Formats: sequence, C-alpha cells, structure tokens
Amino acid sequence: MDFTATQSGFRQRKLQPSMRLRNSPGDGPDGSQLFEDTSRAGPGPQAGYRNQQAGPQTAGFSGQTLLSEPMSNLAMAYGSSLASQGREMVDKNLDRFIPISKLKYYFAVDTVYVGKKLGLLVFPYMHENWEVSYQQDTPVAPRFDVNAPDLYIPTMGFITYILVAGLALGTQSRFSPELLGVQASSALVWLIMEVLVVLLSLYLVTVNTDLTTIDLLAFAGYKYVGMIVGLVAGLLFGKPAYYLSLLWCCAAIFVFMIRTLRLKLLSEAAAEGKLVRGARNQLRMYLTMAIAAAQPIFMYWLTFHLVR
Amino acid sequence: MAFTLYSLIQAAILCINAVAVLHEERFLSKIGWGVDQSVGGFGDEPGIKVQLMNLIRSVRTVMRGGKFKFTGKHKDRNEN
Repeated sequence: MDFTATQSGFRQRKLQPSMRLRNSPGDGPDGSQLFEDTSRAGPGPQAGYRNQQAGPQTAGFSGQTLLSEPMSNLAMAYGSSLASQGREMVDKNLDRFIPISKLKYYFAVDTVYVGKKLGLLVFPYMHENWEVSYQQDTPVAPRFDVNAPDLYIPTMGFITYILVAGLALGTQSRFSPELLGVQASSALVWLIMEVLVVLLSLYLVTVNTDLTTIDLLAFAGYKYVGMIVGLVAGLLFGKPAYYLSLLWCCAAIFVFMIRTLRLKLLSEAAAEGKLVRGARNQLRMYLTMAIAAAQPIFMYWLTFHLVR
Repeated sequence: MAFTLYSLIQAAILCINAVAVLHEERFLSKIGWGVDQSVGGFGDEPGIKVQLMNLIRSVRTVMRGGKFKFTGKHKDRNEN
C-alpha cells in the first residue's frame, strides 16, 4: 500500500514532512474524503499528498480527479506556504546565533590548500612567509592563501580523532558505543575551555588584534592533526612510536603556533624579531608562548589514555 | 577525564555566581579592588588589574537584576 508512495515519492516526502497526511483506507463518505485510497488503484501515485513538483507527473494519468478538487489545491498551497514560512524563520533565527556567512569563509578550501596546510602542521620549519594576505581589507579566502585559518581541517580532525579513539579502544577490547560519545564530549569541552581561556586572557592583556573567536577555534583545532598522527603511529607500531611521533608533532605545533600568533598578537616591531622592551610587549610574548605551550599539553592529555 | 557539556555549563554558572556575589563594601574595597579605585590613567595601558576589576564590575552589574529577585537575600541598601 505504502510502497508505491515510498518508491516514487521518497524525495518529495523528505522535503515536506509536515505535509504528510495519513491515508487510512476507506475513511468517511466520499464527499468529505480528501485523499482517495489508491491501494486498489494500482501504480498510480498517491497524489493526495504530493506537492507541486509532482504536477507534471500526475498530469499524464487519466482518471485522477484529485488535483481538480479545490480542497486539495488549497491544502497543498497552505502546506507549502507553511513550509516556506518555517524555513524563513529558521534561517533568520539561526543567522542571529551563528554567523553563517562568516562561517562560509572558513570552509572555502580546496585540496591543494588542505594538503599544504597539513604539511605545514607537521613540518613548519621551512616555511618562511607567515603573513596572511589581504585583499582590500578583507582577508583572502583560505583557498588562495596557505596562512589563512580555516575550519575544515579542525572539524575533520575532530571527527577523525573520535573515530581513531574508538578504534584504539576497540583494539584493546575496551570499546562500547557510549564511550564514543564520552570521548567526543570530553574533547569538545576541553576545546571550548581552551578557547574561553584564551579569549579571557586576550581581554585581560588588552591586545588589539583582529583575531576573532572563530580564528581561535580554528587554531585550537589544529592540534587534532598531531594527535591523530601520534595515535595512528601508536596503534601500528606500539608505544615507543607513539611517544616519538607525539614528540615530533608537539614540537611542530609549538613552532607553528608561535610563528602564526606572533604576527597577530605582538606589535609590529616585536613581530619582526627585534627586542622591544616594555612590560606590555613582554606580557604579550608570554601570552603567545603560553598559548603555544598549552597545545602539546592538551595533545598529550587527550591521547595518553588511549594508547596502552 | 570524562567531562560532559553539562558539567561545563554547571562550572560556568557557578563561576559567574561566585563573581556576582562579591560584595562591594565588605570585600572588594578592603583589598583595593573597588569601583572607585579603578579610575586610572587615560593612556592606552589599563593594566591587568584594572581590566579584572572592570570585568568583575560588569559581571556584577549584568547579574544584579536577576540576583535580587532570585536569591531573596537581604542585600545591603547602601549598595547602589
């Protein structure tokens, strides 16, 4: 009965779930029945709860008097206007909390950028120019500049980290599906706390910087790459390999963060390497080093219990 | 450590509550962190202590409206 609908109407049904109306066979007299029971009618589509996109399809079937009924027209029009209203409201409210347009900038990446950035995260020693290039006051999209922060690598890294953690737990027969959720929320909490602490310290030291919260989130998320490398090495080759690769990745992330944050947090002169005296510059330097030093600590903290 | 999001929210609320109940007269002025002691120089170097005092004061101001209603404790009338 319902199978014909699911085969040919699946996509439309998913689009407008609010319009789904139950079709119990033989309910009520013909006058008040909105949708006829097509279980006897063979392969005709159940046009009662179709939206307008199925219009061309149903035109070909003769004998269907459904669409000519004014009630069903009204119902379809009402339902579709409800759905579009709902979508507008969701868009408007969502945009208030999460700036969608700003987020799109951080996901404008391509394969070349991702490859170069991953290489930079594991081996930042040869890279020379760490400045983010601008294009008339707006930063260039990550696709065109390897120094720009993005959110694609941190997001993918986070998810991969959880999967690898599950894999590691599984090889030690400690796995259960709830543990995945526990790992995920734990790592997320540490990430949020780190971003909040960095924000607080930036506020206290009154640094005039153009680092946004999302930038900080991106920088905090880059450590997941090193953690995954360490975990995979530990799974494949045992504990010494884990420690060695973690050490390498910790050093790499430390250098990466210092070189990236130096340009953003320190004043112009200090960023070029000249020694600028003054309490404020010293404070900023300490802050940069503290942020960079927190990364290896987190990397070790979040992975050591997974490698036995 | 198995942290959950809920424990983070709990900790955040408790911290904000702790900052909000710091009493102006009895405590903050005594240790030199009162409101009247934060008017420093007008240069661009407020310093950490002044920033902290401003932060505490702003948290207390924001939380004050709800605090009076919900805690029901007798608040010092001089504190305005």
